[in-house]
Amino acid sequence: MRFTPQVLIFGARCHVHLLSGTCFQQLILVCVCVCVCVCVCVSPQVIWDIIGNKQFCSFKVKTKSQNFCRNEFNLTGLCNRSACPLANSQYATIREEKGQCFLYMKVIERAAFPAKMWEKVKLSKNYEKALEQIDENLIYWPRFIRHKCKQRFTKITQYLIRMRKLVLKRQRKLVPLSRKVERREKRKEEKALIAAQLDNAIEKELLERLKQGTYGDIYNFPVHAFDKALEQQDEESESESEAEEEEEEDDEDVGRREFVAEDEVEESDLSDFEESSEEEEEEEEEMEVETKAKAKAKAKASGSKGKSPAGGSAARRKRAYVEIEYEQETQPAAKSTAT
Amino acid sequence: MYTGREHGNRRNTTEAPKNSQGAAFPPTFSLSEVKNKQRRHLMFMKLKQEKRKQKMQLKKKRRKEREALGDKAPPKEVPKTIENQRVYDETTVDPEDEEVAFDEGTDEFSAYFNRLTNPKVLITTSDRPRGRTVRFCEQLATVIPDAHVYYRRGLALKRIIPQCVARGFTYLMVINEDRKVPNGMVLCHLPDGPTAHFKVSSVRLRKEMKRRGKDPTMHSPEVILNNFSTRLGHTIGRLFAALFPHDPQFVGRQVATFHNQRDFVFFRFHRYIFKNEKKVGIQELGPRFTLKLRSLQKGTFDSKFGEYEWVLKRHEMDACRRKFQL
Repeated sequence: MRFTPQVLIFGARCHVHLLSGTCFQQLILVCVCVCVCVCVCVSPQVIWDIIGNKQFCSFKVKTKSQNFCRNEFNLTGLCNRSACPLANSQYATIREEKGQCFLYMKVIERAAFPAKMWEKVKLSKNYEKALEQIDENLIYWPRFIRHKCKQRFTKITQYLIRMRKLVLKRQRKLVPLSRKVERREKRKEEKALIAAQLDNAIEKELLERLKQGTYGDIYNFPVHAFDKALEQQDEESESESEAEEEEEEDDEDVGRREFVAEDEVEESDLSDFEESSEEEEEEEEEMEVETKAKAKAKAKASGSKGKSPAGGSAARRKRAYVEIEYEQETQPAAKSTAT
Repeated sequence: MYTGREHGNRRNTTEAPKNSQGAAFPPTFSLSEVKNKQRRHLMFMKLKQEKRKQKMQLKKKRRKEREALGDKAPPKEVPKTIENQRVYDETTVDPEDEEVAFDEGTDEFSAYFNRLTNPKVLITTSDRPRGRTVRFCEQLATVIPDAHVYYRRGLALKRIIPQCVARGFTYLMVINEDRKVPNGMVLCHLPDGPTAHFKVSSVRLRKEMKRRGKDPTMHSPEVILNNFSTRLGHTIGRLFAALFPHDPQFVGRQVATFHNQRDFVFFRFHRYIFKNEKKVGIQELGPRFTLKLRSLQKGTFDSKFGEYEWVLKRHEMDACRRKFQL
């Protein structure tokens, strides 16, 4: 039984030594898919002849301009005669595992033992020392492999450094949202909003503050509120308040608007109101004297109209003030333009 | 041929009710045992009508009684609401509690409440904010006096914070964005105050508001804090209060409201006007949004190593519908 270096290969033009029939079993056929079995006595040149350009190599990735090699032991990543780990019996690579770099070496003596083919050498974490290690392990090896190993090692250390730096910077954390939970919370929020009755709460709070006098003397109402409180206890306060009001007419320093209830205001239900401009205040002060008398009666008569924000009525009233100059109670035509 | 089926039929017809009103049902009968869908449906409808009728009768009777009694009628019962049924929280603050008062006198906000510092707020966003978030930040800056908006540009918060402290800011507000809408807020009280992380929802910008007024002026608004009852609520309330300057300018007639309802804090910004001492009109300006507290951390922003005073744990805290934290 003689093993011939050349083997019967499908489709390849090779010399075939036809032995006797009993030796057929000894012919080892190289599979078309090279990764499955490698014949002990196939020369690398033969292998390259097959997988390089002619036949199929399962690690090869072809693109328009170049061929890449997906084999994890490949040194450069390209599909070349000198860089193919299958077609070179003496080969070395650098690979990285969890931040540690290793030098893998394959020699022809171990070609028969696929399990022990690659020799793994741990490289030091110090860059220069590791380079020296590579040199001493690959002494007498082809220049190409030595050079490429060092290049690959450099690249790997660089990306490891970058990874370590990135960890220290800001890291974006993606938090998964549960759809059910989001839906439930949305519904709860809607219900809470309805239960809150925000407008009412705010108005109540503001009126509370007014009653407690946090606004000081800005508004004239506190007098009325105070009176209302007194009224329930003691009915003589009404006369007192009249006296007080007349005194305070002259004390309007900040020039706040007098929000005096007027006749046509009660049915209005507009919610818009305008911020009064400065000019109107002078007019208001002039009109105060006339309207105060009306106001007093009206204010006592009108109960709280609830929470209907008759803000528009305030605007109307202000507008009415503007128009009162001309002694007409006209509809505020200018309201729409001012809005 | 006498098959079993006939027997079965006969059994059904004898046992099944004659479908008259006073039918003889076995006492353990339930509607779901009727196999025929239409018939079952009809029976159920009838049952419901019966129940409704009884209820109406009861109501009428009660109303008649009430009217008959007139003034002496017993007071109407208060309906149960979630707020009524709220599980009593042992951290609810008693208004006269001295321990709480002492704590609040010495916590991180005491500097503000003792008028030693004026609030100065830095508003920023997460990386690469979209238009909505940017506009929201700008509007927030108009609502909060002395607020400055800065672009984030990929800076790390831990590096921003010492710079802010050096420049005298008292608050850092980071609006987080997801899918082009703001959805989170980190509010960090600066010298070394607590950091609160909120979930932001229902953001309405100014131009989406109906019937709104003109833009807010530069006057300091008043602040209303509603329903912050527990210790945690108190802390959060003070956190919000310290955003605004101490003395509101009543000239501006603006009010910012933080209303807590069932652990949702609703923020509104209004302009008010007193028509008389019983009526006030309010007009909404400014953005509105809802906040839900997710975590409160002692110290400035440090999500990994910070000490968390309170974290929203859904399984514990959301399990009971009547239990609220704020």
